[in-house]
Amino acid sequence: MLHLVLFLIFGAICVAGAVNLLVQRHPINSALSLVAVMASLAVEYLLLGAEFVAAVQVIVYAGAIMVLFVFVIMLLNAGEEARTGGSRVAILFGIPGMLAGSLLVAWVLITHSGTQEVSAGALPGPPREIANLLFHDFLLPFEVTSVLVLIAIMGAVVLAARPESIEQQKREG
Amino acid sequence: MVPITTLHYLVVAAALFVLGVIGVLTRRNVVIVLMSIELILNAVNLNLVAFSRLYGLHGQVFAIFVITDAAAEAAVGLGILIAFFRNKETVNVDEVDLLKW
Repeated sequence: MLHLVLFLIFGAICVAGAVNLLVQRHPINSALSLVAVMASLAVEYLLLGAEFVAAVQVIVYAGAIMVLFVFVIMLLNAGEEARTGGSRVAILFGIPGMLAGSLLVAWVLITHSGTQEVSAGALPGPPREIANLLFHDFLLPFEVTSVLVLIAIMGAVVLAARPESIEQQKREG
Repeated sequence: MVPITTLHYLVVAAALFVLGVIGVLTRRNVVIVLMSIELILNAVNLNLVAFSRLYGLHGQVFAIFVITDAAAEAAVGLGILIAFFRNKETVNVDEVDLLKW
């Protein structure tokens, strides 16, 4: 019962936040509603018994990534977005395409999904078992991911650095 | 009382995915396009965790990998955005035409 109520409340917050993200014209409002989406998704993960993923979701997504987004929005001082009204092709093909896609997804979900119940409690995903998988079965992908993150950090620093400072470093070095 | 099944989580994830795709296709601000991509990745994560309930813990490990990738993608994307803003003084996707011949 509690599980159902929590699922409904936070699922509704999640979808409403996503809609608000699209409706808002100012990027900072969209960023804040994305934080709401992330936080309510963390509660959904808790309901599914994935405690570790919920913690990572809050720390990495709602914390680190969204701080990065808000920082860039402040840095660029981006104002409200002007509406263009959309193109005629988009309306002609987009709306029927969207309807067809939604119907397809609904049909697949209804016909191909079992009715296995997902209940709260008896949590199957304690951090110890995830760590065992992560550092034993998936050790190589884990190490490759660390290289990926390192390269991404270096790429971000090179991209965001001022061109003059790179030239200066070349002359000095 | 209707029990919550995997189907319910899939419906929420599908809604998030569709909203993310709409955001990528319709918004002009690059920052909001990047945020919509995060929304799509979150929908995938919700699917992975919901299925890990049925088929073992591998789904949760994959969700953690997806979160790591999302962090890397956001860092690089926002770095490109800052470099682009320095050149063209705009954040609109329809004015990004530096590679147009």
